[in-house]
Amino acid sequence: MSAIQHAFRAESTGVPSSPAVGAFGKRPHVTIRGLSKRFDTAVIYDDFDLDIPRGELISVFGPNGCGKSTLINMIAGLIPVDAGQILFDGMLLSEIKFGYVFQNYREALFPWLRAFDNISYPLKMMKVPAAERKARTEKLVAHLGVKLDLNKYPYQMSGGQQQLVSIMRALIVEPEILFLDEPFSALDYEMTLFMREQLQKLFMETGTTTVLVSHDLEEAVYLADRILLLSRYPARVADFVQYDGARPRTDATLSEAGFVRTKAHCLEVFQREVRRS
Amino acid sequence: MTRRLEPLLPLVGVLGLFAIWSLATFNKWVDPVLLPSPATTFQAFWKGMDGGALGFDFVKTVYRTAMATLIAAVIAIPLGIVLGSSEKFYRSLEFVIDFFRSTPASAMFPLFLVLFGVGDETKISVAAFGAILVILFNVAYGVMNARKTRLLAAKVMGASRLRVLFDVMLLESLPQTFVGLRNGVSLALVIIVVAEMFIGSQDGLGHSVFEAQQLFDMPRMYAAIFAAGALGYALNLLFILAERSFVHWGGK
Repeated sequence: MSAIQHAFRAESTGVPSSPAVGAFGKRPHVTIRGLSKRFDTAVIYDDFDLDIPRGELISVFGPNGCGKSTLINMIAGLIPVDAGQILFDGMLLSEIKFGYVFQNYREALFPWLRAFDNISYPLKMMKVPAAERKARTEKLVAHLGVKLDLNKYPYQMSGGQQQLVSIMRALIVEPEILFLDEPFSALDYEMTLFMREQLQKLFMETGTTTVLVSHDLEEAVYLADRILLLSRYPARVADFVQYDGARPRTDATLSEAGFVRTKAHCLEVFQREVRRS
Repeated sequence: MTRRLEPLLPLVGVLGLFAIWSLATFNKWVDPVLLPSPATTFQAFWKGMDGGALGFDFVKTVYRTAMATLIAAVIAIPLGIVLGSSEKFYRSLEFVIDFFRSTPASAMFPLFLVLFGVGDETKISVAAFGAILVILFNVAYGVMNARKTRLLAAKVMGASRLRVLFDVMLLESLPQTFVGLRNGVSLALVIIVVAEMFIGSQDGLGHSVFEAQQLFDMPRMYAAIFAAGALGYALNLLFILAERSFVHWGGK
């Protein structure tokens, strides 16, 4: 998609967007070039390019089955790419620290470990000594102000508490980039609202580059600095919408003109992509 | 009131069985020679267990079953983990395992008699053979069916293949391993008791039942059958309790 088209859209709807590659005015954190992926005969990605800016929260939104999760799974190395290159500040995934939060916290946590040991497990993999693991975990807990009994096993906790433990497990390594794959979709609405606030708080405190896959447009816009809208597969960047509503965002944000306009614009792009098939 | 009595419900069946048994013997519905009264049977049971031959036979059977299960577990659990961690490896051996798992182990008894003679080794090794296949199959399946998300989670956190095996697959397979152990110990007991009825056996519950039948000592025979039943039940219970304390997360 050319810059001219972007400029045109920005004029017509008043919602700013940026091209998929370059033009953040700063060095991108993640650069994706020539990414290709197919499952059997379905081409999910074909020569896909994208830059992810540093220190921003990016929401990924798109039609069902378009490859939203596939994208972050490839970036995080969970599934192999068929072709293409993904670099983090010029480095490979194996050279950086990152965190990943799964949708299904029930299956992602280790039920045989207490919450505390679940959180510090990644440090154990990094061969951090036990005493330091304990200190760092305690520090993170104190820092987040989480009121949880970490001596409990995951199955003794509520869904939201378990997902909070998952997020803390992803944060314990002090990641340079954090991936979340529909982290709240298995929670009830009350818990989802609470967890959104927790995530926003975390992001404001750490400023870690965050990529969030969401199936809820309101949530995607509410949390994001930029919303990556994908087309049906083979996935293209349908739009890369900027939203710079002031943080902390609250319930009042949801009825502000800027939010409503951005959400309406995203919905329009989404529906155009759904209809295209 | 009714709720407080609910834990006593399992006793209803037991009392019912005794009531029918007592009635049948009291009214002579069945030949008393074939079915002695509960009192006579339990007298024989108590006398046998309290320093008598039945107690000795009981201990012998416990020893053989425990040895067979232990040997089976020591061989089958590591092998099952290796097999389960490589699906290709398992698929290539699946038919052989399934075939021998479906072969009645008792059919192997004469072969083992030739190999090991008439001593304890034969009984224990036939029972171990049967139990190995049951445990192996369950452990391998437990390892293979480890939740994909959990394996990915460990991988994403930088766990090596060996780490994933020990930190995730092994623990994931524990509930299924216990299913295998429980089925394995039950099968081992069945095979041991059958083996004890064969030629050359001097002791054990199987021998006790068989000998009592030959001597037409019906109270003693029922007592030995009851002892075998109690043993089977107790072994099963033991493994359930062990599973509950080891696999505290099971079913949650």
